[in-house]
Amino acid sequence: MSLQDELLNAPPAKLQVDHVSKSYVGNRQTVQALDDVSLSVGEGEFVCLLGPSGCGKSTLLNLIAGLEFPDSGFLSADGEPITGPGRQRMVMFQEHALFPWLNVTDNVLFGLNLKPHLTTTDRLGVAKAFLEIVGLTPFANASIHELSGGMKQRVALARALAPNPQVLCMDEPFAALDAMTREQLYDDLQKIQQKRRKTVVFVTHNVREAVCLGDRVLLFTPRPGRIRAEFKVDLPRPRDINDVAVAQLASAITAELKGLLQQSDAS
Amino acid sequence: MAVQIIQAVAFFAALIGIWEYGSRSLWWNPVLVPSPLDIGKYVIAKTGDGELLSSCWVTMKRLMLGYIVGIALGIPLGLLTARFKFANNTLGVIALGLQTLPSVCWVPLSLLWFGQSEKAMLFIVVMGTLWAVLLATDHGIRQIPPIYRRAASTMGSSGFHLLWHVLLPASLPHLVSGTKQGWAFAWRSLMAAEIYVTVLTGYGLGHLLHYGRELHAMDQVAAVMLVILLIGFAADKAIFTPWERFLRRRWGLSV
Ligand SMILES: Nc1ncnc2c1ncn2[C@@H]1O[C@H](COP(=O)(O)OP(=O)(O)OP(=O)(O)O)[C@@H](O)[C@H]1O
Ligand SMILES: [Mg+2]
Repeated sequence: MSLQDELLNAPPAKLQVDHVSKSYVGNRQTVQALDDVSLSVGEGEFVCLLGPSGCGKSTLLNLIAGLEFPDSGFLSADGEPITGPGRQRMVMFQEHALFPWLNVTDNVLFGLNLKPHLTTTDRLGVAKAFLEIVGLTPFANASIHELSGGMKQRVALARALAPNPQVLCMDEPFAALDAMTREQLYDDLQKIQQKRRKTVVFVTHNVREAVCLGDRVLLFTPRPGRIRAEFKVDLPRPRDINDVAVAQLASAITAELKGLLQQSDAS
Repeated sequence: MAVQIIQAVAFFAALIGIWEYGSRSLWWNPVLVPSPLDIGKYVIAKTGDGELLSSCWVTMKRLMLGYIVGIALGIPLGLLTARFKFANNTLGVIALGLQTLPSVCWVPLSLLWFGQSEKAMLFIVVMGTLWAVLLATDHGIRQIPPIYRRAASTMGSSGFHLLWHVLLPASLPHLVSGTKQGWAFAWRSLMAAEIYVTVLTGYGLGHLLHYGRELHAMDQVAAVMLVILLIGFAADKAIFTPWERFLRRRWGLSV
């Protein structure tokens, strides 16, 4: 197959971000959180956004989720412009955002209850299955304040996955977890993503994590937030974060990231 | 726990003992300060002939009605002021102002408007409850971390579902403390109203207090004060303790 064919037959992008800019007007200064960012994510693709703090990664996720709107540029999902939040695009926030007035199971049920055409038993079954996946079955009836930070993140993951969204936006979801749990969840996330063909946009600070999970890794640089480099990760799945190939690619990307940051500091 | 109970019982037993002893030894004028035994006798006699119980009933009916009306108005109006700037700039300012007004101050106006009637009572209790509940609701909604609303909306919640399943429960700690404050205000204002407003449709505890003073029946005055104190205490426990326990269990708050 020629390159031409490949381009012609490319499937329509699941998410399309076209020349998007966004700035926040503060009291003392205006922050250009995103500057002319374009990106397209294919159906079932796993894209990792990598970059230092404050470069606009969360802002981009909020735009994709439809929670905020760009100053200029255009975003679409499935070819439809994004005009507000939609159940097909679930977000796992940087802070867990669990509801303290509901117990663990009811938190996971929240999104499921809003999906029509399910019986109560189905919903409960799905919730239980996802609590099992994140290893929290013994805490099904616990209150949120009784959980550790990592356990909260796992509930949030179960809550985001349970309604079976097509797109999953994840904002540093595993930052607060211990290494063991994290590696377990890398496995689970890859499995779920492949089986259900989910499109994932995943924000992280951790280069290895990005290489382990992503089909593609995008490097952001701050002030103004821009995409500066892109890496394709062609390693076979499921990947292990301790794998040598993952480590090698990660150090190559780290070197590049350092170079880019020095450049933008110098300018 | 057991130690605390024993301490409390011992303390009150000693207090009542000294009081009774003081009354018998004429440390003070028994007409002005009745002895615990006299107060107990009054309570037993008046409970026996039903007067005390029927007064309690009349008072509780008024209190509940006014309180429920106050909450039923206060919560929706608080939602309005939290949601709409216009409501906040108008109704919100009125609420802030009127909340500082002690509810006894409504008595003269209420008497002029409604005369010596149940309506006057109701009005006074509602005014006592409404503003505190309104302001607590308003404040409760405003302090909700925006992330809850965002998380809910990405899961497909909006409109009434968002209000019922997210906004109201998220402001529950404030709603509980607001309705509790409203209860305290309602109770105080009703007592003031009953002492001032003589209505023929039923003698409440406040009236018993008032007539006790007119008749110089100090055992009656002290006994009714005791009953009022106990009712306030019991209602507080019965209505608010379950909510506060729920908040503590779920939120992990100490309220
Ligand atoms: N609501 C807001 N109001 C004002 N400024 C904001 C707001 N949200 C983000 N910003 C600014 O926009 C920039 C990008 O923020 P963003 O949260 O997207 O960064 P990030 O890449 O997610 O950082 P981190 O990795 O620390 O989470 C920051 O400089 C931040 O100060
Ligand atoms: Mg962020």
